[in-house]
Amino acid sequence: MNRPIRNLAIACLIMFLALMINATYLQYWQAGSLTSLTKHPDNVRVADAAFDEPRGAILVDGRAIAQSTKSSDRYKFLRTYPEGAEYADITGYFTRTLGLGGIESTQNSVLTGDDPSLFVNKVIDLLGNAAPQGGNVSLTINPKAQKAAFDGLRALGPRVQGAVVAIEPATGRILAMVSSPSFSPNQLAGHDFTTAKSNYDRLLADPLGPLNNRAIEETLPPGSTFKLITAAAALSHGYTPNSMVMGGSSLKLPLTTKYLTNENHNSCGPPKITLTRALDVSCNVAFGSIGLKLGADVLANQAAAFGFGRNDYFHDLDDQLTRLSASEFGTNVDQPGAALSAIGQLNVRATPLQMAMVAAGIANNGEVMQPYLVDEIRSSDLDVIKQIPSKVLTAHAISAAVARELTQMMVSVVQQGTATTAQIPGVQVAGKTGTAQSAPSRPPYAWFVSFAPAESAQVAVAVLIQDANVDRNQISGSGLAAPIAKAVMEAVLKK
Amino acid sequence: MSRTGRTTATKRAPGAGPLMEFVHRRRRGAELYLLVLSLVVGIGAYAAVGLGVNGQVPADLIKHGAWLAALVVAAHVTIRYKAEYADPVVLPIVSALNGLGLAMIHRIDLAPTGHPVGSNFAASQLVWMTLGVLGFITVLAGLRDHRRLQSFTYTAGLAAIVLLLLPLLPGIGKTVNGARIWIHLGPLSFQPGEIAKVLLVIAFAGYLVLHRDALALAGRRVLFVDLPRGRDLGPILAMWLVSLGILVFQNDLGSSLMFFGLFLVMLYVSTERPGWLVVGGVLFAVGAYAGYLTTAHVQARVQGWLDPFGKDSPSYQLVQAMYGMAWGGLTGRGLGQGSPQTTPISWSDFILPSLGEELGLTGVIAIILLYALLVERGLRTALICRDNFGKLVAAGLATVFALQVFVVVGGVTRLIPLTGLTTPFLSQGGSSLVANWVIVALLLRVSDAARRPPPEFSDQPADMDSTQVVMMR
Repeated sequence: MNRPIRNLAIACLIMFLALMINATYLQYWQAGSLTSLTKHPDNVRVADAAFDEPRGAILVDGRAIAQSTKSSDRYKFLRTYPEGAEYADITGYFTRTLGLGGIESTQNSVLTGDDPSLFVNKVIDLLGNAAPQGGNVSLTINPKAQKAAFDGLRALGPRVQGAVVAIEPATGRILAMVSSPSFSPNQLAGHDFTTAKSNYDRLLADPLGPLNNRAIEETLPPGSTFKLITAAAALSHGYTPNSMVMGGSSLKLPLTTKYLTNENHNSCGPPKITLTRALDVSCNVAFGSIGLKLGADVLANQAAAFGFGRNDYFHDLDDQLTRLSASEFGTNVDQPGAALSAIGQLNVRATPLQMAMVAAGIANNGEVMQPYLVDEIRSSDLDVIKQIPSKVLTAHAISAAVARELTQMMVSVVQQGTATTAQIPGVQVAGKTGTAQSAPSRPPYAWFVSFAPAESAQVAVAVLIQDANVDRNQISGSGLAAPIAKAVMEAVLKK
Repeated sequence: MSRTGRTTATKRAPGAGPLMEFVHRRRRGAELYLLVLSLVVGIGAYAAVGLGVNGQVPADLIKHGAWLAALVVAAHVTIRYKAEYADPVVLPIVSALNGLGLAMIHRIDLAPTGHPVGSNFAASQLVWMTLGVLGFITVLAGLRDHRRLQSFTYTAGLAAIVLLLLPLLPGIGKTVNGARIWIHLGPLSFQPGEIAKVLLVIAFAGYLVLHRDALALAGRRVLFVDLPRGRDLGPILAMWLVSLGILVFQNDLGSSLMFFGLFLVMLYVSTERPGWLVVGGVLFAVGAYAGYLTTAHVQARVQGWLDPFGKDSPSYQLVQAMYGMAWGGLTGRGLGQGSPQTTPISWSDFILPSLGEELGLTGVIAIILLYALLVERGLRTALICRDNFGKLVAAGLATVFALQVFVVVGGVTRLIPLTGLTTPFLSQGGSSLVANWVIVALLLRVSDAARRPPPEFSDQPADMDSTQVVMMR
């Protein structure tokens, strides 16, 4: 009977080996994923431990917009957001069972101190027998610009649907990002988990989607602000600012019996106007005819050069609910479609972030920078561990000469065109309004994109007002959106 | 070579090979040394639990430690007097596992939530351990020769079946956590299946040692394997039906698996016919698939195994255990510093993940190695045992440990679908602990007989005797 017993011993050995390999898999290889709050937010052990350990702060200009404060209830620390809703779409939220959002999610490993870049600090803490500290994350946000953007939207009412994005054109640093309606992350991070859960459920159920970040998730027809891309394509294909283009009040669309008209059926003036004049008055007929001449492919390529069609250039806020949406030009656009697309209608969709990048690209001599939000990783002692470098997204979306010409045209729009409401005394502002039609049943969207100062821009802004509960005839880019952009630009420029 | 020739070679016949002359040393001193180490582990862990949870050594550390030490020393002394040649490694392994289990159960007792209010599982577990050691001493003292058990073959078998059926009786049977494997007699409650597994090993061994020759006869040959004859399929079919009955009527997947696996392994060992494994494997596959199709209980376990993180997954408990083990990582959170109580039943079926959380992968590997050593010592006893009944009993008892550890540890770490069984010596649970101590006593009884120098035969030539004297020193 010894041979079967030996075989049995080998079988037992294999069984125990399998148990040990499986345990190693579970406790070593799989452990990182199972204890990651971003992957398994219901792992209450990790969440509980996170509430008992000091978590790093999220800093803006040296001030904390998310921090761990000592708490004397069942957990040692409470996560608080001193600025509340103003930064909610950036900070996100830190909860025990509801998961993480925003920077709290994407920078979780830094904030907990587990990030490899903080390894040395962790070892020093360990050797010095000090409690392990999380790292700090410093953002690119300019607090004055952020406040101007938030206050500007809030002035239209707490339930206004809109977004503001401001970018530093030369670097791609995001100076302001606000989405409305917003929420208070403090209501989710509290230690009363029942209340936190009901607050979260209420936010999720809200039809206006306060947890959505409209600046990066909402794609809407950009309307006349898209004429900047059409103008850029035109200038790159033989047009000059003084080229004479079609004016008048209507354009017959080929292959159909329909006519393209201007906003409120106005006339752009004489039958032939300059390209500059066409942008000044936001002439649909002129840009529609340019679209017909250039064709959909040229427009699509120009849009793609600014970042349309991509959703991979901004990951700083990816979390369980949020992802950057790709802006679209539309596919299989026919000839009359090219005319409609040229004025930002039909299937053209853009996020506020994307439109801010268009303005920033023009301001930065045609070079589009990748937008980013995380500036520096700092140790718990605020030593800079890592500085995030700027990256180029498209080196030549347009040529520098075209960028200069287009800038002058946009300055003209602010000085004598549709965007006089964005003028700043003593500063040359370049801008473009947009009022995009959606369904006839609902109010149009008001857009405004701009940058200043025109010669060496320090800030590019895109403002979207999706629904402000005002009369339909009061909705316009210049009336609703431009003043907010102006306030944001002023905040950046006034040191 | 004839089959009979091989079996007689294991008996101590004059003229057997020189290996058979090897004489084992008693090694009781080594056992005592290892026992002290095991007590350091058990009592140290108990102290660490108090330090970890309350920041101070438990007030009853001396009492607990002294009691634990007294039990272990009593077992050791019994071995010295009643089984002086028994394997010296088995008792220290069991002592270390039992001590660790007590510490972990005490740790869950101290947790603010996660267990019945006011529970003191550790104290009652220590009482059960005392009963277990008493059973251990009784077996070693009362049973001088394991071969006497062979005469209880059918009694043991009948008793095992009665015990297995008891929980189904209305009045005393009770369903706990979905499985109907408990009986309640007044204030006492226990799982008769735990006692049944000891009786089944004795019954299987006694039966197989008598009928192995018939069962070993070859039938049809398929793909290099001799299948058994059809007329010999009776016993395995009966055991298969009993196992299916346990699954269907008691909802006890783990015991069902273990009893059938045990019978199959013992059948293979006694007949040396791999064909039985083929037949058993087919029966197992058919039974498992039928069980999967017909019982929602099994379906839920399989679903929870395949997709524990899925929406509406029935495996909250398994997921919590996995989270805990992952949270423990390589070195663990430290005793008293994790949250093992988050996992339901963390003190019983899920005690290994609790240990994994606080002692880490290091601790889990150490525990699995202890079990591997225990099984290996049992199989080694079977190898060197001189009589076939003893061989089968030792191999069967070792198989019980191996299967039980594999099924429960594999289940709670998501290697295989989860089935409810206790972790030997670690889990809180009286019947299991007492039964396992009795198993260890039986194993040591066989081991003592196997390692003991053979009695001198008066008819042996003088030169053989002198050789033995030299070997013995």
